[in-house]
Formats: sequence, C-alpha cells, structure tokens
Amino acid sequence: MSDPVRDTELEAKARQGRNIALALGLVLFVILVFIVTVTHLKGNVIERPL
Amino acid sequence: MAMPANLISPAAPARWQDFLLLMKPRVMSLVIFTAITGMASSNHPINPILASVSILCIAVGAGASASLNMWYDADIDAKMRRTRGRPVPAGRVQGADALALGVILSLFSVMLLGMTVNWLAAGLLAFTIFFYAVVYTMWLKRSTPQNIVIGGLAGALPPVIGWAAATGTTPLNAWLLCAIIFMWTPPHFWALSLYTSEDYEKAGVPMMPVTAGAASTRKQILIYSLLFTPLCLAPAFTGLGGKPYLSVAVLGGAVFLILAWRIFRSRAGDAADPRQDDGLYDVKVAAKDARNLFAFSILYLTLLFATLLAEHVLGVSPITAPGVFG
Repeated sequence: MSDPVRDTELEAKARQGRNIALALGLVLFVILVFIVTVTHLKGNVIERPL
Repeated sequence: MAMPANLISPAAPARWQDFLLLMKPRVMSLVIFTAITGMASSNHPINPILASVSILCIAVGAGASASLNMWYDADIDAKMRRTRGRPVPAGRVQGADALALGVILSLFSVMLLGMTVNWLAAGLLAFTIFFYAVVYTMWLKRSTPQNIVIGGLAGALPPVIGWAAATGTTPLNAWLLCAIIFMWTPPHFWALSLYTSEDYEKAGVPMMPVTAGAASTRKQILIYSLLFTPLCLAPAFTGLGGKPYLSVAVLGGAVFLILAWRIFRSRAGDAADPRQDDGLYDVKVAAKDARNLFAFSILYLTLLFATLLAEHVLGVSPITAPGVFG
C-alpha cells in the first residue's frame, strides 16, 4: 500500500473516489435493511395483541 | 503489441471503477436477466421489494464469485490478450483486495438473501459461488478440457435461484431453464476458444481446442448443438412456454444448427490465427464460422429467455399445463 504522505494528486483523487463509493454502499445497505424490515413487519406491529 | 502505460504500471491507483470491473458487470447483467426470467416464470406472486432484494443479492453473489475468480486467475489472465487488462493483472488492484472483496460480498449476498427471502435461495446462491470460485476456477479450469462443461453449472443456476426466491421451491421447470443454459455453454465457449486458442495455450489452460485439437472441438460443438436445440423446445411442452416461445425456439434453433454445421465443415481453429490487434471480435476470415456461432449463441439464449419473460409478464398462456413440471 502506498504511503498517504507521499500520495500524488492522482492517488488522492482515486482514494477519495473509493471512500465515497464505500460510504454510499454502506448508506444504501442501511436503507435496504430498513426497507426490508418494514416490509417483513407489514401490519403485524399495529395488529399485535396489546 | 505494447499495452498502454496506465494498464501495466503497478503504481496506477485503484479507482472505484476497478472494483466494479472485478465483479464482471457484463456477466452480472446476464445473471440478473436469467434470474428475473426464472422468478417471473414461476408465476408466483412476490413482494416487489423482496423480488428486488433477491435480484440484488444474486447479482452481488455473481460479482463476488467473479472477484474471487479474478484474484485466483491473475497469473493466467496476465498471459492472455483478452484478460490482461483486468484490474489485478494490470496492477491497479492488489490480489488480496480482490480476495477480500469476493469473500465479503459472498457473505453479504448469501446472508441477506437468506434472512430476507428464504434459505433455499440463499443455499443455492452459496453453492453457485462455491462452484464457480472453487470447483471451476481453482480446480477444473486448469486441469481438464471439460472445465467449461462442468463449470457451466454455475452460470446455469441463476434462474433456479430466482425461482426459489419467488416460491421457496425448485420444480422441474426451474431445472429445465438451468439445463438449457448448461447445454448452451459448451458450444458457446468452444466457438470462442476456436479463435482464441493461442491465448489459452500460452496461459496453459487446457481448453478443448488446445488439448483435443480443432477438429475434435468442431465435432463436439455439433454434438452439443444437436442436444441443445431440441432441449430449447421442451419448455413449450412442460407448461412453461407459449406459442411465441416455441416459434423463437424453432427458428433460432434451426439457425443455431446451421451455424454449428458450418463450423463442423469449416477449418476454424486449424491454422494459427495471428491477429493484428487485441479486438476479441476482429478475427480472420477462417475463424468467421466460429465467431458467427459465438455471437448467435448469445443472441439465441437472450431471445429465448426474453420471450419467456415477456410471455409471463404479459400473461401469454403456455401451450400445455405444467403438470408434474410446475
């Protein structure tokens, strides 16, 4: 792995691109898990016996 | 021919697009297409969100196995014109990173599919990843000319996974779709290898033209085509396909057989075929018959599955009832 201190402009740009892609992937994963959870719950929460 | 400097420089930084390339997006799109067809062909209602998650998991699983393949095959990829520009042999991505991506995405896709949809589909996806990455890539590919025949199972399973995701079962019709892709694979890949055999030989990959010779490969292409084309008619008689499907299967099958016969009668793959550049499709006249079958095989499989998909989306009735096949 290259030394961050010696990163060229090209390397820094590539690293930033990878970081953004990873962050977007994680955010999308969280949203996906939320949507799937809500889908599975459907009306069961509202209709549950109290 | 010299490669562009940015492809061979080990200092070239990895961009996020390189990690996307590790997942073979073109193969992934075919996997998505056949999985959707399998899902639609089941005629079983599925929540659209869960259907989307299923397709996403199948696609990511395919990408994971491709990444593992790129990690393991980097040494032979570097020796072949068709593959030497891939991220790992080109030095843009380290092998360990490709391995990590493959392992993480394999776990992610299988676990998510199992927890959100069903474990039959997840189990089939796990088996597919294992079969492609371990059985095909690490074992068969370098050891036997039957590599793509047996290994073709990995590429044939996505419609079964799609069907299982929708219904939780895998009836005979799901396996019929699998069988069609399985039998399609040998004539498809051997047609390609007839005009890229020099590359495979250089890399030490025992593809059929390298080990058995071009004449034997041409004969086997014809034999597999004679088995494959009647199999494509079967869905019309098992309650899966309607009249449009049967028409496409018959007409396309006839063209497929004509092209396979032309290869059999040709000398494709016999002589050395030194190309002037790196273009995969830019071949000499002698290899045109092989190239034609390779290109048509993609079109034919796409048309078969697209017709099935359209029939089920539009509600076209199958010719017969599914009976024991459904």
